[in-house]
Amino acid sequence: MSAILVVHDLEKTFGSLVAARDINIAVPPLQTVGIIGANGAGKTTFVNMITGHLRPSRGTIVFEDRDITGRPSREITRLGIARSFQLPQIFSSLTVLENMCAATAIAHAAGGLLRQALTPLHSPGTMAESEAALELFRITSYRHARAAALPQGVRKLLDIAMAVAGAPRVLLLDEPTSGISIEEKFGLMEVVMSALKNRRITVLFVEHDMDIVERYADRVLAFYDGAVIADGPPIETLENPRIQELISGPKLKAAAQRHA
Amino acid sequence: MARRSIVFGLLAFVIVAAMAPALPTWLVSLATVALANALVVLGLIILWRAGLVPFGQALFYAIGAYALALITRYTGIRDALILIAAGAVLSCLAAILAGFLLARYREIFFSMLSLAMSMILYGVLVKTETLGSTDGFGVEPPTYFGYAPQGHMRLLALFWLALAFCAASALLISLYFRSVAGSLAVPIRDREIRLEFLGVSVNRLIHLNLVVAGTLAGIGGALAALSIEHVDPNMSYWTTSGGFVFVTILAGAGSVAAAFVGSFAFEFLKSIAYDVLPGTWQIFLGTALLITILFLPEGIGSLYGRLRRRKPQSMGAS
Repeated sequence: MSAILVVHDLEKTFGSLVAARDINIAVPPLQTVGIIGANGAGKTTFVNMITGHLRPSRGTIVFEDRDITGRPSREITRLGIARSFQLPQIFSSLTVLENMCAATAIAHAAGGLLRQALTPLHSPGTMAESEAALELFRITSYRHARAAALPQGVRKLLDIAMAVAGAPRVLLLDEPTSGISIEEKFGLMEVVMSALKNRRITVLFVEHDMDIVERYADRVLAFYDGAVIADGPPIETLENPRIQELISGPKLKAAAQRHA
Repeated sequence: MARRSIVFGLLAFVIVAAMAPALPTWLVSLATVALANALVVLGLIILWRAGLVPFGQALFYAIGAYALALITRYTGIRDALILIAAGAVLSCLAAILAGFLLARYREIFFSMLSLAMSMILYGVLVKTETLGSTDGFGVEPPTYFGYAPQGHMRLLALFWLALAFCAASALLISLYFRSVAGSLAVPIRDREIRLEFLGVSVNRLIHLNLVVAGTLAGIGGALAALSIEHVDPNMSYWTTSGGFVFVTILAGAGSVAAAFVGSFAFEFLKSIAYDVLPGTWQIFLGTALLITILFLPEGIGSLYGRLRRRKPQSMGAS
């Protein structure tokens, strides 16, 4: 089957600063792509361009054979590309369930403001679906807790659960495990990845922890200075001496040998 | 739960309507003004929930009032319903236009831009001599489907009409608050970016809220013009806008009912203050506001919720 997401010659400049350049990628459906790179390498810029948060200076983004370059983020979301945030963007004065209900109800009332003004927020359908989503992401026990008071891991899961509410085909996760303790990281990724497999979603995730990348990615994109310097299967890419030198550091050698 | 509060609310309107003939004249006219203002406050509550405080809502209030007054002045139309509908339509159009600009701003910038717009209208009204400049001009009493009431009945008829508009608005707005779009007000205040990435245009949503609030203010202004039987530029002045914000703080933005409770409380306080301290009634009102902010930061409307929460069965719909 052909690629679900195709990025061609993508470039982003801020004045004289080149934040991303010459990015050419084709992602087949259901692939899980890990995106690595040092801070400032262009990972988040890349995510922001695909989700419409930033307008590319050059190049095209094609999603399901449709050119989405430069469209506003809310349209891209409606088309089927969702994202989560490095810092969870949740409604802090609402409870977990209310957050989820809002996301589900918005997804159901697609098709404009008038429709949203005429659709009741609480219907048995959205309620059941929200409960199911909380169950899928294992945060049901927090459903009546106010979002402002949640532990970081739960915030991250809620953020991702809300992004998935609109049944996207592609999901971009921006550092899903940042701010999470090392002991909890794998547990969180396990929940997220099995939930996303369950929903048959193509995933691109930005990650600094190479063990997580190696474990969950089918393919790794390595960013350096705005460009993709390596693109391939995880072990191969992470063992590449240049990648180790520029991004992952020598510490990974030990991990790579463990797996060899 | 939701249905019960709607039934109770409508019942309250029916009871008030039935009681009206037994009430003294001064109370009926005070209540009519309170109802007219309550509609403006209801609109303010819609915006307030999304974190927006318009310091110039009198713009739409004055447009509703002047639209009605101009029609009575230059045409033979006297039917109250048509006149108020005209006020509503004009303020709605004004809010659609103003919204294209206002919906892009937040916080103090929104407040100030709204204030500026209302003061432009004030300036125009003051300078327009054909509209009576600062004096304004009188509004003839309306008819109701061809019926022209006299004496005390004139007050009562208008009161009932205001009550009907308020009941309809209260019902529609409480349904709106329960809709997807209506319940996104708190999310707008919390985290706009998440809404955009859920596929919602926050600016358009705010624009819709502005139009609803502006239309309510226009109906309120039209009713006030009929009640006072006069319009003047002060209806668009910033102190009028400030008064509505005052009532909103007093009422709290917790519920639809709060707009009516707050508006009545304000009119009562004001008339008591006039009686007790004719020269310095503002001190009285200021003190009342201070006490409200200190002891009931979520307004008078939150009293009911507080009493309910004392009871053990506190888990339930918000």
